[in-house]
Amino acid sequence: MNIFKISLKNVLFRPYSAALTIILFAVGVALTSFLLLVGNALDEGFKKNIKGIDMVVGAKGSPLQLILASVYHIDNPTGNISKDEADKLARHPLVKESVQLSFGDTYKGRRIVGTTKDYLKWYQAELSDGNLWNQPFESVVGADVANEFGLKIGDKFYSAHGSDANAEVHGDHPFTITGVLKQNGSVLDQLILTNHESIWEVHGSHGDSAEKEITSMLIKFKSKMAMISLPRMVNEKTTMQSALPSIEVNRLFELFGVGISTLQIIAFSLMILGGISVFVSLYSSLKDRAYEMALIRSLGAGKSSLFFMILIESIILGVLGTIVGIIIAHGSLKILEVFSDANLGIHVKLWDFAPGEVNLILAALSLSVVAAILPARSIMRIDVSKVLSEYAN
Amino acid sequence: MQQIIRVKNLQHHFPELNLKFPDFDVASGQHFLILGNSGVGKSTLLHLLSGLIKVKSGSIEILDTELGNLSQASLDAFRGKHIGVVFQHPKFVNALSVLDNVLIAQLFGKVKQDRDRCISLLSELGLSVKIHSRPNSLSGGEKQRLAIARALACGPEILLCDEPTSGLDDENAEKVYNLLVKEAASNKAILGVVSHDNRLRGKFEKRIEL
Repeated sequence: MNIFKISLKNVLFRPYSAALTIILFAVGVALTSFLLLVGNALDEGFKKNIKGIDMVVGAKGSPLQLILASVYHIDNPTGNISKDEADKLARHPLVKESVQLSFGDTYKGRRIVGTTKDYLKWYQAELSDGNLWNQPFESVVGADVANEFGLKIGDKFYSAHGSDANAEVHGDHPFTITGVLKQNGSVLDQLILTNHESIWEVHGSHGDSAEKEITSMLIKFKSKMAMISLPRMVNEKTTMQSALPSIEVNRLFELFGVGISTLQIIAFSLMILGGISVFVSLYSSLKDRAYEMALIRSLGAGKSSLFFMILIESIILGVLGTIVGIIIAHGSLKILEVFSDANLGIHVKLWDFAPGEVNLILAALSLSVVAAILPARSIMRIDVSKVLSEYAN
Repeated sequence: MQQIIRVKNLQHHFPELNLKFPDFDVASGQHFLILGNSGVGKSTLLHLLSGLIKVKSGSIEILDTELGNLSQASLDAFRGKHIGVVFQHPKFVNALSVLDNVLIAQLFGKVKQDRDRCISLLSELGLSVKIHSRPNSLSGGEKQRLAIARALACGPEILLCDEPTSGLDDENAEKVYNLLVKEAASNKAILGVVSHDNRLRGKFEKRIEL
């Protein structure tokens, strides 16, 4: 027999009240943890896919749309730009590397991107099977696309114009799959890649006579100095517009950051509520147990033993509530992963802890300690002789 | 003969009441009865003797230790180790089994926990089949016997009982008295009974009348 066992049995003796307290505590912890995990996964998902891209140029329009379309492939392009103009910019001394993209067509909602083999290098993508494309209408599919539609090497498919379900199918130019990419957690998992010529041919710009167009160009700078001069140069001296992914992503995060922090306040309030419920359940049970406590004192226990008994009871409730809460948060995120994955290429491992979660656990445990202090102090102060004789009458 | 308890000039002040107690000594092996009507301070004296109330005026010496000189913490420890108390209406920790309620006396009395001794104490008191029951499932008599087992768990030198026979018929009062004497003897403790029950008067040589 020891104090911990007594506390544990006291908790188990009131199973419904204990369960209610644990659930209340767990809900607060779960919500806070969930928001931390989602915020963290979004943050990581967005930052990971920037992959050192310093600037994106495309047709004039919304810079955020240009970034969402060209870097994350979750929005429609702003329009097309002239390939000659893009090539000219690519030769600028401040540009270190560039990759041109042509897109707009899809296969079953998955975007087909015309590009060069450099694009794969930027994302450190590797083939799990087959070869890269060598001529028009050969294509390489991302891991998630291959899994989802059961695509393999040698399969043929037709592209469709646009991205919605009713898109018009380009019936005369079938694509052949020559390779499948390994899953690497980037946006490439969701794409079908081919060369620029395929896209141009589908859209009928045959021969060299017509001016070639692309959708956008991703650029890496030679030095950070370029960040000041190049974007302005593009916007003022060309028909294209420039957008900086780091700035646009921050802007986006500021937009829904407000939502997340509001939810975090709600979640944190719920956690405090859980702490209060620990406090109330301890306090009300102590009223009934004043005699028990006086009795334990009469058996020779010091005041500190009673203090620790109450503290341990509260910590047991707090620890169980925290564990249940963390399990709920991670479990439900695992279930939601299926959805988030399809849109952003975000991968969440079940037992990967978000950086803030350690603090959350510490905060939850401190809360259970704080909740116990008042009840424990009041039980330390009882007049043993008085309580024992009051109950005798 | 060694004196176990020495009480001298003992007084206790309540806001509206001033209690004065007679001087008395109790020698080793001597059972004693503190007799008095309601309101004369029997319970207060019991609480003073067991260290539940601090001695503020006068002196109680138990086993050559002056209780007035002990801090609250040492008083708790002293009581746990040397004095077993059976209250008039015994209460227990209801979340714990009968056996665990005896074991916690050893835990808080800071003596070595001896499960076998607790079980044999409970069997002696006819509670061997109840050791895993909850205290609130016991009858009144069983509760009293459990309280006795708990009071004896640490092997105290003194076993104090508050009104052990109140509300009992003659036959049962006799039984409880015999049980207390027997248990005190077999555990080498002296028995101190605080009561207003005149039936007990003839049974104790050493009587302190309040």
